[in-house]
Amino acid sequence: MTAPSMTAPAQLDRPQVHEESAVERPWVTIVWNDPVNLMSYVELVFQELFGHSKKEAHRLMLAVHEEGRAVVSNGTREQMEHDVARCHAKGLWATLQQD
Amino acid sequence: MRFKKVRGGGVSADVAPVEAHVLAQCAADLLALLAEDEDEDAPAQDPLAAMVGMPTGDVEAPDDPALARLLPDAYGDDDPEASREFRRYTDSDLRAGKSAHAGTVLATLPPEGGRLLLDRDGADAWLGCLNDLRLVLGTRLEVTEELDETTLPEDDPRQQALQVYGWLGWLQESLISCLSPRR
Repeated sequence: MTAPSMTAPAQLDRPQVHEESAVERPWVTIVWNDPVNLMSYVELVFQELFGHSKKEAHRLMLAVHEEGRAVVSNGTREQMEHDVARCHAKGLWATLQQD
Repeated sequence: MRFKKVRGGGVSADVAPVEAHVLAQCAADLLALLAEDEDEDAPAQDPLAAMVGMPTGDVEAPDDPALARLLPDAYGDDDPEASREFRRYTDSDLRAGKSAHAGTVLATLPPEGGRLLLDRDGADAWLGCLNDLRLVLGTRLEVTEELDETTLPEDDPRQQALQVYGWLGWLQESLISCLSPRR
């Protein structure tokens, strides 16, 4: 991302517990840093897509910028596919994977 | 050209003729890019699948890095099959959304310059389009966080495109500063 500031990456943990009592590894949506998206833009998108406060969106944006990537949501595979699609629609570089 | 807030959540800007021409050209190029490769080599439409809105056939990842940046893989490199499956279901909606934004820019831009007035939906479409334009130009120019028009030699062939890129970033920043998050 372009332009600067600093804090720790956000971690959201909400393991999905299945009926067979097995704890399934949750899926996560990851947003990757890129040199084009403006920091102010990423912050705005995080607020709009994930309902974060400005402060939390700022923290998450910096985590992406400084760590190169950050987990922005977690849940079922279907939920994460939905989140990735919403990120792509906004031009963010996002992928999903099993945590 | 600089965006200003207007009453009711919209924005306005005074567009110079040269700015209108550059933006119209960029948006038209983006529309053409988004139409590339679509349905290429697609098998004959399965009428039943089409009727229920199901995608038919595979959709390949774009070869053009700029288009690939607009339509990225959803899964990492270790699972191309999952990315392909995801793309089958999302590619046309993603292209349609981005094309609609570019279409809104072309439809609202005063062709020879003048006053641009946008409601909040229009402002969002402009924001998305400006971002997509910068992603395409930035990918083509292989920009980094350090590279800008001031760090490139004056006679570099990328100068002109980089200046447009820099200007689009400035314009996008001015639009963002007028908008509060919409949830």
